[in-house]
Amino acid sequence: MYKLEARDIQLYYGQKHALKGISMAIKPNTVTAFIGPSGCGKSTFLRCFNRMNDLIDTCRIEGEILIDGRDIYKDRINVVDHRKKIGMVFQKPNPFPKSIFENVAYGLRINGITHKKFLEETVERSLRQAALWDEVKDDLKKSALALSGGQQQRLCIARTLAVEPSVILMDEPCSALDPISTAKVEELIHELKNKYTIVMVTHNMQQAARVSDRTAFFYLGELIEYDDTPTIFTNPAKEATQNYVTGRFG
Amino acid sequence: MQKIKEKSIEAFLILCASITVFTTLGIIVILSIETFQFFREVSVFEFFTGTEWTPLFAIKKYGILPLVAGTLLTTLIAIAVALPLGLTIAVYLNEYADQRLKAVIKPLLEILAAIPTVVYGFFALTFVTPVLQKIIPSLSGFNALSAGLVMGVMIIPYVSSLSEDALSAVPKSLREAAYGMGSTRLQTAFKVMLPAASSGVIVSVILAISRAIGETMIVAVAAGQEPKFTFNPLQSIETITTYIVQVSMGDVPQNSLEFRSIFAAGITLFGLTFILNNISYWMKQKYQQKYE
Repeated sequence: MYKLEARDIQLYYGQKHALKGISMAIKPNTVTAFIGPSGCGKSTFLRCFNRMNDLIDTCRIEGEILIDGRDIYKDRINVVDHRKKIGMVFQKPNPFPKSIFENVAYGLRINGITHKKFLEETVERSLRQAALWDEVKDDLKKSALALSGGQQQRLCIARTLAVEPSVILMDEPCSALDPISTAKVEELIHELKNKYTIVMVTHNMQQAARVSDRTAFFYLGELIEYDDTPTIFTNPAKEATQNYVTGRFG
Repeated sequence: MQKIKEKSIEAFLILCASITVFTTLGIIVILSIETFQFFREVSVFEFFTGTEWTPLFAIKKYGILPLVAGTLLTTLIAIAVALPLGLTIAVYLNEYADQRLKAVIKPLLEILAAIPTVVYGFFALTFVTPVLQKIIPSLSGFNALSAGLVMGVMIIPYVSSLSEDALSAVPKSLREAAYGMGSTRLQTAFKVMLPAASSGVIVSVILAISRAIGETMIVAVAAGQEPKFTFNPLQSIETITTYIVQVSMGDVPQNSLEFRSIFAAGITLFGLTFILNNISYWMKQKYQQKYE
């Protein structure tokens, strides 16, 4: 059984044909990396899984996206409820202008949970999972905006984990971070794999090779190749993939 | 040659800037001198604690509180109208309306601020008051309520437009984070966007309050020009501004004590708005969120 499945996705921004017939199946508890040059559609495709493209007026989408076998673009799906099950971490850390505690508790609060003990436990557990607890446990009341970029990004991951989604989408989660923070986040991704299905977009080829199980190479809105990560990096089937991963273009 | 040109441009710019500074200084100096003259004859204590204001009657009493109460009452009513409506409009325009609709509605709203206030005054007197009298029979013909309500409508664009600007300035990434967490539009707007824009929203509200405190024509026409120390919105009242108009237009001889009383009233008004400006500055500092 696949966790995520895309079937012949066509996506348009106004007149622009941004995704051309993409099909892909992702197994649970794996890390999948999307690579490809800027503008190739990998972020756009990632955002299909939690219907973030809905926020763009001119965006039109055809095809099916199945999560646990259920098509999320069918009308009877409640988008808001759906997004609660799919966590997302963005390129730039985007904590809310609230305290560290309230950031992590946000997802629970919007679900109407007010039980203080439960909130505290969840916040601690999530921060521990995101490897941030030891650094912030004494200043949970401090504004999240006072944290460093790397800490903010781990806070955003903790915020996502608090509502226990089954899938986590990451859109270049380390591109704004320094090497040490990047290493921490990568380590984290590795651990999270046991509980979650992770899909990440990255521009960093080494990162894709280090953390992912499967890699998908996108080019000009098409899925060129999708295979086990070692295969993509050492023995790709397509020449374009070979050229990209060896740094000959892109 | 180039240097002389640069210097003369600089001198011209300094001159322009200094005009505003000197105007402000001039106003403060004149206000202070006349107020000082006024307080040689009227005790400061009586002025700030007296509850009767009758400079134009035979028995003259100079207690500013009725005018302050009238000003605060109409301002309070106006804000009670403008704050919820203005914020709702700002949130609607920012979170719900599509871009084309927003491009039409926002300028239309700003027209509200461009209507001459005397027109608002007559609207309050000849339309709002009669309608309200059908609901509240005890409402007097001139009253603080309809003046305040109409004033509230007038300052809606101050709140809605500036708050919407503040909401628009919130980084897109924050909205995406909110939706990504599974927030509804309402939750996104009120739990994430508004708190993030709070400093701008607060400034917009303080600006609206300052505008309401300084508003003259609406209250002059519709509120009755009767200085009463009351917080009952159904009665006629007088504000600081309308008193100043009343005296400036009327038959009061220059340099008399009655004449000087408008300067004392003026400096009180100045003090009120000055305090508000400082509160807004302090709030802005305190709640400002820093984004990269």
